[in-house]
Amino acid sequence: MKTVIFDYSEQGKSAYRLPADPHTDILISDIEEAGLLRAEKPRLAEVSEVELIRHYTKLSTLNYGVDSGYYPLGSCTMKYNPKINQDVAALEGFSAVHPLQDEEDIQGILQLLYELEQYLCGVFGFAAFGLQPAAGAQGEYAGLLIMKAYHADQGNAHKNIILIPDSAHGTNPASVIAVGWKIRTVASTADGRVDLADLKSKLSDDVAGIMLTNPNTLGLFENEIAQIAEAVHGVGGLLYWDGANANAVMGYFKPAEAGFDIAHLNLHKTFSTPHGGGGPGAGPVGVVSKLVQYLPAPRVEVQEGVYKLMTNYPKSVGRLHSFYGNAGILVRAYTYIRSLGAPGLKEATENSVLLANYMKSKLADHYQIVSQGVCKHEFVISLKQEKKQYGIRALDVAKRLMDYGFYPPTIYFPLIVSEALMIETPETEPVEAIDAFVEAMIQIKHDMIHEPQLLLNAPHVTPVSRFDEVKAVREPRLSYFR
Amino acid sequence: MVSSNYRFTEKHEWVKLEKDVATVGISAYAVDELGEIVFVDLPEIGAEYEQMAEFGSVESVKTVSSLYLPISGVILEINKELLTTPDLINNSAYEEGWLVKVKISDEKEVEDLMTYDEYQLHLESL
Repeated sequence: MKTVIFDYSEQGKSAYRLPADPHTDILISDIEEAGLLRAEKPRLAEVSEVELIRHYTKLSTLNYGVDSGYYPLGSCTMKYNPKINQDVAALEGFSAVHPLQDEEDIQGILQLLYELEQYLCGVFGFAAFGLQPAAGAQGEYAGLLIMKAYHADQGNAHKNIILIPDSAHGTNPASVIAVGWKIRTVASTADGRVDLADLKSKLSDDVAGIMLTNPNTLGLFENEIAQIAEAVHGVGGLLYWDGANANAVMGYFKPAEAGFDIAHLNLHKTFSTPHGGGGPGAGPVGVVSKLVQYLPAPRVEVQEGVYKLMTNYPKSVGRLHSFYGNAGILVRAYTYIRSLGAPGLKEATENSVLLANYMKSKLADHYQIVSQGVCKHEFVISLKQEKKQYGIRALDVAKRLMDYGFYPPTIYFPLIVSEALMIETPETEPVEAIDAFVEAMIQIKHDMIHEPQLLLNAPHVTPVSRFDEVKAVREPRLSYFR
Repeated sequence: MVSSNYRFTEKHEWVKLEKDVATVGISAYAVDELGEIVFVDLPEIGAEYEQMAEFGSVESVKTVSSLYLPISGVILEINKELLTTPDLINNSAYEEGWLVKVKISDEKEVEDLMTYDEYQLHLESL
């Protein structure tokens, strides 16, 4: 099977014919003399134009994205990216400016960054946001650096423990390790929320703070947030809000008013910027007023109607990205906020919660739903019983869903749920997409009892079926040329 | 077959005692939950651990899990085979897939652990 462009390569084929009379201003021998010739010829494929076009067109059809179909990847919030975001980001005033231009020539983008920060403050209740972090993980890192700087200023440099619930995203403990602190895990109750008694038993003078995702990874709102805040603040700790699930509460819950001191947002999850294979992204970090002085610099400020990029913050944790961060992404988030307006943002939240609960109630007769009661934007199913009874795992159900043309939900997360299937519906989905998914899930339940091979050998209709995952991890072959 | 001298933790490690040397591994249930194992992170020889202290980790295609030592002691030997063929754990959880051998300090700690039958009951309760 021809899989990469090199498989089509044959010596002498070309998609381009050089002019018969090439320029002779520079002689190869001159380049050779200057020692500028490469030792080896570059390894390029020699193909015709039609092969080139067909190959890449075919590849593009193998991709699956939010523009191709329903993508219920729990926790990841595969939000639709409105095309107007692209149009606005492509405007010359945003796409053709250079960070080293004089401030007076780039007032437009500076104003946008300033206003975006104000909007984020308005939605979540914080005093200020730093827009520099290039992703959620860097936002977390920035937040913990701010926490560290604050404690050091308070004479509490000994504080070095962060409490993290056992349902948390893996990035939280990773960020704690990255700033050189230690983790203390807090248990969950049977219903999947923070166990307040366990949390209280884990408090001590060296606790620097808690990182909390609210709503949590089961899609449940942490109802006891007031008591959690009181307990953690009681030992001088700070509350960090992991905004991974901000899309479920946007416009309804202001974390800063609930006692959170620091937060990060994932603009791709909440404000419809592209997920984009690893970047560029943006993970703004928000803080309450006493922590503003520690935000990453530079920051945009306005003086007498003129927007300025300010760097003079002696207490700042420093620069986390060149210039202003990934400005193009910030333009898209700004566009989303301006397109929807405050009522539209609230409606997005409502739809996200409504669709999750709609699907949850439709699946409740067929699967064991772990997220009890009214959930927020997502819910978790456990296939523990199915595994015991029929030998079918979450992995098999996920693979079988691909045969129906759906992207599978997140599996095996959160870690506290055995055989977890985590479903999150982007709020823009038509209800027909959800009904079709529910129907597929019900059929799959039927098939796992009567025709389990259908699941065990799935997917059947994709270009490749199951991978040798162990080999992929242990012997990754990342280059076509060995 | 799991003989009667194996003891189990709630976190699915097993320990087999021979005089003052304990062999430690993870249970077939743990292996089944993890799926195919791709890496094992094992401690240095000579390292000393309290009972139920974290001594390493095991990574499968699904997740990374911490390993907890069922009994206090000093690491005498690690299963070097696992560094190149971690799937030994998948194929033989109770024999060739052992993780470490430990010189124990207190034999009585074994009494805190479950017998195979008790462990089976524990699994049913999960």
